Amino acid sequence: MSDMRELYQEIILDHHKKPRNFGKLEGANHHSEGYNPLCGDRVTVYLLVENDTIVDIGFVGTGCAICTASSSVMTEALKGKKIDEANDIFGKFHDLMMGPPDEVANVDGMGKLAVFHGVREYPVRIKCATLPWHTFRAALDEEADPVSTE
Amino acid sequence: MSGASQPAAPKRNASPRIDLATVRRDFPILQNEVNGKPLVYLDSAATSQKPQQVIDAITGYYETINANVHRGVHTLSVAATDAYEGAREKVRQFLGAGDITEVVFLRGTTEGVNLVAQTYGRANVKSGDEVVISAMEHHSNIVPWQMLCEEKGAVLRVAPMDEKGDLIVDEYSALLSDRTKIVALTHVANALGTVNPIARLIAIAHERGIPVLVDGAQAAPHIAIDVQKLDADFYTFSAHKAYGPTGIGALYVKNSILESMPPYQGGGDMIASVTFEKTTYNRLPHRFEAGTPNIAGAIGLGAAIDYITTAGISRIAAHENIVVQYAIDMLSEMRDVRLIGTPKHRAGVVSFVIEGVHPHDAGTIIDQEGVAIRAGHHCSQPVMDFYKVPATCRASFGIYNSRDDVDRLVAAIARVQEVFS
Repeated sequence: MSDMRELYQEIILDHHKKPRNFGKLEGANHHSEGYNPLCGDRVTVYLLVENDTIVDIGFVGTGCAICTASSSVMTEALKGKKIDEANDIFGKFHDLMMGPPDEVANVDGMGKLAVFHGVREYPVRIKCATLPWHTFRAALDEEADPVSTE
Repeated sequence: MSGASQPAAPKRNASPRIDLATVRRDFPILQNEVNGKPLVYLDSAATSQKPQQVIDAITGYYETINANVHRGVHTLSVAATDAYEGAREKVRQFLGAGDITEVVFLRGTTEGVNLVAQTYGRANVKSGDEVVISAMEHHSNIVPWQMLCEEKGAVLRVAPMDEKGDLIVDEYSALLSDRTKIVALTHVANALGTVNPIARLIAIAHERGIPVLVDGAQAAPHIAIDVQKLDADFYTFSAHKAYGPTGIGALYVKNSILESMPPYQGGGDMIASVTFEKTTYNRLPHRFEAGTPNIAGAIGLGAAIDYITTAGISRIAAHENIVVQYAIDMLSEMRDVRLIGTPKHRAGVVSFVIEGVHPHDAGTIIDQEGVAIRAGHHCSQPVMDFYKVPATCRASFGIYNSRDDVDRLVAAIARVQEVFS
């Protein structure tokens, strides 16, 4: 019983119900779509990057609570960050997800992202949490094409 | 029946009902706990659990008569061949086929559809021709036909279903034309549980001289099959959804068609003679079974058929229908639970969504309660698109399920709603 509260913490449920930075970001100069064919999670991440800084970020998509909340919390964590800082946060989150499930996660300095520590005990759900982050990286790596090419 | 070698329980046969306690003891996995709770297995449409009789048949083969088939002069090879061909005879009876040469062993339903598409299909479907399937097919009865149509420049047409998940027979009928070279339909839809009026659908196609392939993957564990009565041209199913092992299944092909079908894969066992200049092919059905077959699997399938026959398919169906109807009644009463698909005739499957909760979240929490269901698109993405949902929760039932299992599911769904409230 308490396991489930460990996975579905209040912050996760809150971001699932009221996702932040949700919607197509007008004026974005990077974007990418991520898809998890296993469960049908779909997320598109939009970025406005100027002077190596993520000035603004938004996302749209449909997915489970873990995916939606992870997308939402990610946008809060990355908004206003330098690219280097963002990559550093990505690395930390990645390590949090991929760490041994039976070890207590080191969540120092991870802020709200720490609420996802329970996910790694559910191997089939890890991709739900990491999908928006990989999509963010794909968006960052793409050429700064205007979004309107789509 | 061929169950003479099995420890058949005549008492069970005499009763109008299955003996659930005995059945449950037959399945060792059901004695286990999952996440600290007694396992409730509601994912039989993905794969059924296996009774001890099937497990023993496979073990017994390896322990006592393991040898290659159709080639040895030694005792074990003869015994293995007898057991393998004995299993083919059991499949013949199970399907109601007239002749044992009409039964081809292969890996399962997916390979059955691919075999027909790649042999009969490639020989008979040409540019501008059409292949007709239905809107409720599993990917395995969509993609092989798409591949064939792409290769040949043919067109894939899809007979629609209504909101309830029933095929619209008039529209299916209207789709068929002189251009239609083959029809491929599921007997029971895996995501919805719809039982198609398959005999009628076959008759409609035959009026135009169009052969029909039936995907029997979800029908085999629930419905008595008689390919001659149905007048099916091709009928294929998998052992593992019908209490048998994975990696084995069968394809029935009507004799009149089988003879002229080009071979599928080349190799050993499918040949009569080989020189570097010319190969002559083996007689039927071995022509379609290149290489050493899944001998243990076929024997396991034979044991699974014995198990079903001993219990009685009509008794199994009657029992499952009670449990399925109870599940429908209970789920319908729950707030914010919506059934996906309400077909006129249903077998084994109840799909549903919980409002405000993604099926994957529901599946994880329900699993924590020791209840195994499927959450996802069930390899039927077009069905999900039709109902405008990304995925559903699916509870599917077998001979071993009870109303208690449904109660555990209902409690687990209530737990999901509590977490997400």
